[in-house]
Amino acid sequence: MKTLDFLLQRLAKAILVVLGVVILNFMLIHMAPGDPASVLAGEAGAGDEKFIAQLRAQFGLDQPLYWQLWTYLKGVLTGDLGFSYRNQVPVMTLILDRLPATLLLTGCAFVFSLVLGILLGVIAAYRRGSVADSVVMTSALVFYATPLFWIALMSVLVFSLHLDWLPPFDMESIGANYTGWARVADIAHHLVLPTVTLGLFFTAVYTRLTRASMLEVMALDFVKTARAKGVPKAQVIRRHVLRNAILPVFTFASMQAGQLVGGAVLTETVFAWPGIGRLMFDALLQRDYPVLLGVFLVTAAVVVLVNLIADLLYRFVDPRIEAAS
Amino acid sequence: MTFFKRYARNYGALIGLAILLVVVVLAFAAPLIFPVSPWQSVGDPLLAPSEDPAFPFGTDMLGRDIAAGLAYGARVSLLIGVISTSVAVVIGVSIGALAGFYGGKVDDLLMRFTEFFQTIPAFAMAVVLVAIFSPTIVSITLAIAVVSWPPVARLVRGEFLSLRSREFVQAAIVIGQSGPRIMFTQILPNAISPIIVTASLMVATAILTESSLSFLGLGDRNMMSWGFMIGAARTMLREAWWMSVFPGVAILLTVLAINLIGEGLNDAMNPHLRGRKG
Repeated sequence: MKTLDFLLQRLAKAILVVLGVVILNFMLIHMAPGDPASVLAGEAGAGDEKFIAQLRAQFGLDQPLYWQLWTYLKGVLTGDLGFSYRNQVPVMTLILDRLPATLLLTGCAFVFSLVLGILLGVIAAYRRGSVADSVVMTSALVFYATPLFWIALMSVLVFSLHLDWLPPFDMESIGANYTGWARVADIAHHLVLPTVTLGLFFTAVYTRLTRASMLEVMALDFVKTARAKGVPKAQVIRRHVLRNAILPVFTFASMQAGQLVGGAVLTETVFAWPGIGRLMFDALLQRDYPVLLGVFLVTAAVVVLVNLIADLLYRFVDPRIEAAS
Repeated sequence: MTFFKRYARNYGALIGLAILLVVVVLAFAAPLIFPVSPWQSVGDPLLAPSEDPAFPFGTDMLGRDIAAGLAYGARVSLLIGVISTSVAVVIGVSIGALAGFYGGKVDDLLMRFTEFFQTIPAFAMAVVLVAIFSPTIVSITLAIAVVSWPPVARLVRGEFLSLRSREFVQAAIVIGQSGPRIMFTQILPNAISPIIVTASLMVATAILTESSLSFLGLGDRNMMSWGFMIGAARTMLREAWWMSVFPGVAILLTVLAINLIGEGLNDAMNPHLRGRKG
């Protein structure tokens, strides 16, 4: 398949998924118990008759359903995700404000977990059956089973409250007003605990995956041939095994964007990280449904975009894919 | 070799089974061991685990017994874990079976549908579903089921695709058996082992999801759950570590146990794969 065709096909698919989420949101507004207008208003706005009447008119709630869907779709297409009565701002503004913090956190956690996971997986496979292997694999098993929000609380308990090494809340020191590099350092300092917390679960996943994939490749004939030729073991692992074993890990990792967002909701809630996960939690407490649905839509769109980029990158990284299609 | 012998060769799986048995017994016996509701305050507030022998796990800020909460929480976790997984398996098997058996346009359509659910962020969707339909045990169970069926559908589709062309299925078609009958009596029994392995691991994920939801305040208000206990302990982190540590350990052990059992089942049901995962 030509690259352009491939690109267009993937793009169409991505748009369809986002469209699907918009329709899903619309359905949820109408399936929710009670009046759709009160869902659109959120708990805070439901008491304001004028606001409810305005919503009815804006979304054509007395019109037939297909017309309402069309009105809703048109709104979303122009970037209108509704209005947060509680915060007195459009939902889109709220989300765009918070998105960078979440991208920073999830991006760091992703890189952290991928690098550490691959490293540990390689060590475990290279020294299969050793003490190091057992320790790595047992820890992976444990972290794979630990609730993320609990790791977050425990790390606050140990590293912030008891040892006082790292700040437990927020993204920057309040009132410090750092600028330039001092500000970067301050944010990085605040970033450590949330990143590690969010990343550990995924580190466990990637460690197990890398080890399994390495062992599978190590059993193949070309590895034996290389060893028989007299290539040192470390070099075989690096040049022959790792290059082949790492692709399934990358494929899997690129599909984890959605999971990472879910983890971010919990991590940001514990660490009061000012991202859209925290926004979602606040919206939950305040029954601010437009914000809730808006965050859901935007995260889905971001995930679709990440998957799309991963797909395209993949085509360049692994030439076999193009040949196969 | 019998099934259990093969299973028992995996020590981790045996340990997992032992832990899970304890949790199950605790869940069933909760009303017997703790006749008073876990919501009721029964002692002084904020007793540390070592302070009063009557409360080996301490009490929370309202004087509620942490041990009672742990026992009743086990009921919620297991109940939601098992039922939501069962619902997800029914959805996944139905969709996967139809797609794999009929192929063509049906397959295309159902797989696009599955991909859609696999792409969108599962936890965020569960949060939205539970929040909009208000948190009850039914809405939580269904929300978890709705976000967790896609892997089953893909797995079942794959199995059906490969089994469809086997001789015994062809024979059933030739003698005129109906589609649904072939699917349920010929193909499904042959695809059951990987489904059971996947389902057992899904129970673990479902328990994690349930605890995360109730941590965020999206739990059933009438039922004590581990996630809720940790959520309530957040503000008391400095004063009462035991309020958050014990429920967390309970979740960790239960989920770990189920994962170990899943791996043991995998070894026992697919002996030829044994050792591949190391």
